[in-house]
Amino acid sequence: MREMLSVRDLRIEVRAHQADGSASDLVLVDDVSFDVGKGKVLGLIGESGAGKSTIGLSTLAYGRGGVRISGGQVLLDGVDVTALSPGGVRTIRGARVAYVAQSAAAAFNPAHKLGRQVIEATVRHGLMTQPEAKKRAQYLFKVLGLPEPERFGERYPHQVSGGQLQRAMTAMALCARPELIVFDEPTTALDVTTQIEVLAAIKHAISETGTAALYITHDLAVVAQVADDIMVLRHGKTVEYGPTRQIIETPREDYTKALVSIRQAVREPVRKAEEELLKIEGLTAGYSSMTVLHDVSLSLPKGQTLAVVGESGSGKSTLARVVTGLLPPRQGTVTFKGERLPPARKERTLEQLRRVQMIYQMADTAMNPRQKVSDIIGRPLTLYFGLRGAARTSRVTELLGQIEMGPQFLDRYPAELSGGQKQRVAIARALAAEPELILCDEPTSALDPLVAEGILKLLMRLQEATAVSYLFITHDIAIVRAIADRVAVMHRGRIVRQGDKASVLAPPYDDYTEKLLSSVPEMQIGWLERVLAGRALVPAA
Amino acid sequence: MRLKSMPISARVGAAGILVVVACAVFAPLIAPYDQSAIVGEVWAPMGGDFLLGTDSLGRDLLSRLIFGARATLFVALAATMLSFAIGMLLSFTAVVSGGVVDQLLSRFNDLMMSVPGLILALVVLAVLPQGTLILILVMAAIDSTRVYRIGRAVALDVSVMDFVEAAWLRGEGKLWIIFREILPNTLAPLLGEFGLRFAYSILFLATLSFLGLGIQPPAADWGGMVKDNKDGIIFGVSASLIPGAAIAGLVISVNLVVDWMINSTASLKGGRGDA
Amino acid sequence: MSAPGNDQIATSAGRSNNLLARLILRRILLGFGLLLAASMLVYGGVEMLPGDFAATYLGRDATPESVEHVRKELGLDRPMIQRYGEWLGGIVQGDFGTSWSNHNSVAEQLWKRLGNSMLLAVASAAIAVPLALGLGMIAVRYRNRFPDRAISILSLAAVSLPEFFIGYLLIQFFTVQLGVAAFPATVYDGMSLGERLSAIALPVLTLVVAVLAHMMRMTRSAILNVMSSPYVETAELKGLSALRIIAEHAAPNAVAPIVTVIALNLAALVVGVVVIEVVFVYPGIGQYMVDAVTVRDMPVVQACGLIFAAIYIVLNLLADIVSILANPRLRHPR
Repeated sequence: MREMLSVRDLRIEVRAHQADGSASDLVLVDDVSFDVGKGKVLGLIGESGAGKSTIGLSTLAYGRGGVRISGGQVLLDGVDVTALSPGGVRTIRGARVAYVAQSAAAAFNPAHKLGRQVIEATVRHGLMTQPEAKKRAQYLFKVLGLPEPERFGERYPHQVSGGQLQRAMTAMALCARPELIVFDEPTTALDVTTQIEVLAAIKHAISETGTAALYITHDLAVVAQVADDIMVLRHGKTVEYGPTRQIIETPREDYTKALVSIRQAVREPVRKAEEELLKIEGLTAGYSSMTVLHDVSLSLPKGQTLAVVGESGSGKSTLARVVTGLLPPRQGTVTFKGERLPPARKERTLEQLRRVQMIYQMADTAMNPRQKVSDIIGRPLTLYFGLRGAARTSRVTELLGQIEMGPQFLDRYPAELSGGQKQRVAIARALAAEPELILCDEPTSALDPLVAEGILKLLMRLQEATAVSYLFITHDIAIVRAIADRVAVMHRGRIVRQGDKASVLAPPYDDYTEKLLSSVPEMQIGWLERVLAGRALVPAA
Repeated sequence: MRLKSMPISARVGAAGILVVVACAVFAPLIAPYDQSAIVGEVWAPMGGDFLLGTDSLGRDLLSRLIFGARATLFVALAATMLSFAIGMLLSFTAVVSGGVVDQLLSRFNDLMMSVPGLILALVVLAVLPQGTLILILVMAAIDSTRVYRIGRAVALDVSVMDFVEAAWLRGEGKLWIIFREILPNTLAPLLGEFGLRFAYSILFLATLSFLGLGIQPPAADWGGMVKDNKDGIIFGVSASLIPGAAIAGLVISVNLVVDWMINSTASLKGGRGDA
Repeated sequence: MSAPGNDQIATSAGRSNNLLARLILRRILLGFGLLLAASMLVYGGVEMLPGDFAATYLGRDATPESVEHVRKELGLDRPMIQRYGEWLGGIVQGDFGTSWSNHNSVAEQLWKRLGNSMLLAVASAAIAVPLALGLGMIAVRYRNRFPDRAISILSLAAVSLPEFFIGYLLIQFFTVQLGVAAFPATVYDGMSLGERLSAIALPVLTLVVAVLAHMMRMTRSAILNVMSSPYVETAELKGLSALRIIAEHAAPNAVAPIVTVIALNLAALVVGVVVIEVVFVYPGIGQYMVDAVTVRDMPVVQACGLIFAAIYIVLNLLADIVSILANPRLRHPR
């Protein structure tokens, strides 16, 4: 039987231009082969730079920024799309193969109504008349669970939410009844509670229309819910390729095993709460006329980790800004070791500032690109302890050792470090101040899963060694399970639930916490169906 | 941004700038005649004793061209440097201080920019006494509004980065923030901007001189030389075209180098280099 | 189903019109504010500079007595605020005061010469704008290929030429060598439009060359900016033809940046008129102002300065309004 999509020995290169004008070819994808049958879904998984999107776009004979297919075949129903003329390629794109981008917000044209954009390819390719296509779009809006399906197409992209846009993008892909759809991280930019809805809608729509699909993601738990087969990629090469059940339950390669077992370690909070380090009472704060935090109270014992968990817009980052004094609250107090901290950063003493350090989400922007590692870590030593010269260098080297990096990094600039190394240096900079509290603002969410795992382990080891406390802000329940002693759940600027990890993460739940916890994808086949059955969330077809 | 990687166009530009600088520095050694000495008849043709001919008063055009490089370069460079000093100081202060200070400075800057630069210069120079210092000050003041706008935008981009916030939270002072955190990260774009402003200053000075409000006689400067000889054009005398071409050549040279600087810093940041 | 739907759409349209009207009104008021502030700058700012107007007025003949006399005559002994108020009040009624050098009404000269200058500017814009947009699009279409590179090198050279140099080069070529164009560009009352246009051919050509390169480079980068956006990639992945992508997906979003480019360059063109008029001895407002500056005829300088500032501010205002109107987020609020 001929497969819908058959990729043979695919090799993709990009021409890299050096500053001196010379150019060399960089191999992005090397010797990749797979098949996708009609109505089947293949999951492509891997960390950033693994070549997933590049492979996905190659099925549309498209390469971003000078990327080109230099070997192998991409057979769509037996026809090699890489050998087609530009005109031939156009007849494929949007008609027989469609693409769903990660950021629907950017991928929709802001100047046109959604409906017009959804049916555009279908009508232009002459597959349906305008009224037919419009009817199909309305049908798809309904299948995808969009509000007011008859009138949804009248809206402009900026008038609907991110989750709705992502679903509209799926409708746009499905409209022409393509034989293959490429989903490129369609839920990555969404909150978990939105992700599960979009995921369900996509899965439902795929089975409803019987199209074949490539589903690209970095999250194995997500792809386990939708894919029939999974291909694990790393550095442009195939690591492992097999049926979803085999990959999830009996992975053969070490790399796959590591991906599957990620964050399954759960920390047991055994330590007794001793002295209280940080106490937040009745905080209300916001920007100009908008109130972001409503009457927030929290407490964090010495040497422990308080995880503040919530989705985007819940106010968790604003909370960190209030604690650091960047945003003085309208009401409420922050007490540190029994001493009330002045509300504004400017009014705090150097000693008060030293005790509370911060680690940012994007290590890239958190370090001055014009400073060397030795200066980045060394500056707090000079500022707080007056260390200079050799004494400073030896202390910096010591700190580098603590974050498992050697003295060879002293003279490097941030641009010369990997993502994980940057975040380690940021941690060392915080440690250099010998703080009692470190605010961690999503420090691992921009990192690939295995790297993130390493950073979390490092943070836990450092806590054991130095008894530092963490106020850990995250959207990721798995991280909370792994590292927290105490947990606070935030929703729309309020703490809806807080206490010991064991009590917060166990029933009985309030509505929001239950929804949040049940939305986190688990590394099990059939998880999505079980959750949806529990919620009756499947959109009626 | 390595010199070895300089493309041909930038090399040509650099060579052009070097020639003009050399003329300015060694003018008395190179120039065959004194710049203000009347040495021949009016508008003598090229060749013979006078390589480029003579001007409307019978002065050697080549000598005036060589000496003119001095005034042109000096005034344009001084004005650009001053305008950068003023514009960057004020814009960085506005960004780091924020609030009322930023509002006041920025609104005042908007006002200054609401009147075209040349018009503002004409109005102001109509009142002020003539002189090189005043000329430099006026040019710098007008140009600093453009520097302020760019400087503020660039500094604002950097100041919202997490590492600046981290520095504030560490307890650093304003001076550290400006000079250690923000300034080093704005140098690359501002260097390109300096080149652009310098090229613009040369043109602006030439225009003012051409209108009779720039560098005052008898000192030679290129814009003024065009003005002195403009009446010759109708008689087929090209004496006004030569200093004009000198200005154009210098500005093209500066722009070629600036183009390369901007492109190479863009690719450093990982930009694709087109657009 | 239709009745409530129509209602909702109607109110939403009404709301958006409201918001747009408010934004535009605010922008217009801001423009007026800027204009007022610019008038203060042109009038008051100048008076605060060192240097005595009366002494300036008299030049070398100044004696303490004559200076005192002139101060009285020109009304300089009264407070500046009062004189500013009178000046502004006069302008609102179309009275720009009296020239110091020939004691004629400034307004009369001003309007006549402004008309001449506008003819020059409008004729140049009519040629330069379509040409710049066309060349900009060609450069984008053939990006990094020969036409683009040629245009980019030529435009780099063109932005580096002083305006007066372009003017004299063209005179040298067209008037002196070919003898086909008039110099100086004289216009007088009673000339037909055709005669006027042929008289101003060279200055117009000069202005076109002077603004073309800038406008074209900015158009190119504005279009490229839109063409590199993800929604254009989406259109490409829909299998649309290049023409349709440009016409339906890039163009609507490029309107605002391109209008901004045009407005900026028209403003530059109006200022460029000053130099061009001096080169071609053309009786426009630019020449009027430069002559007045040389003899320090302050009422004329201030009047011309204000007119130039007003044109500049209005052009920027128009560009902002078009940007507001072209923004779908403002046209169709949530």
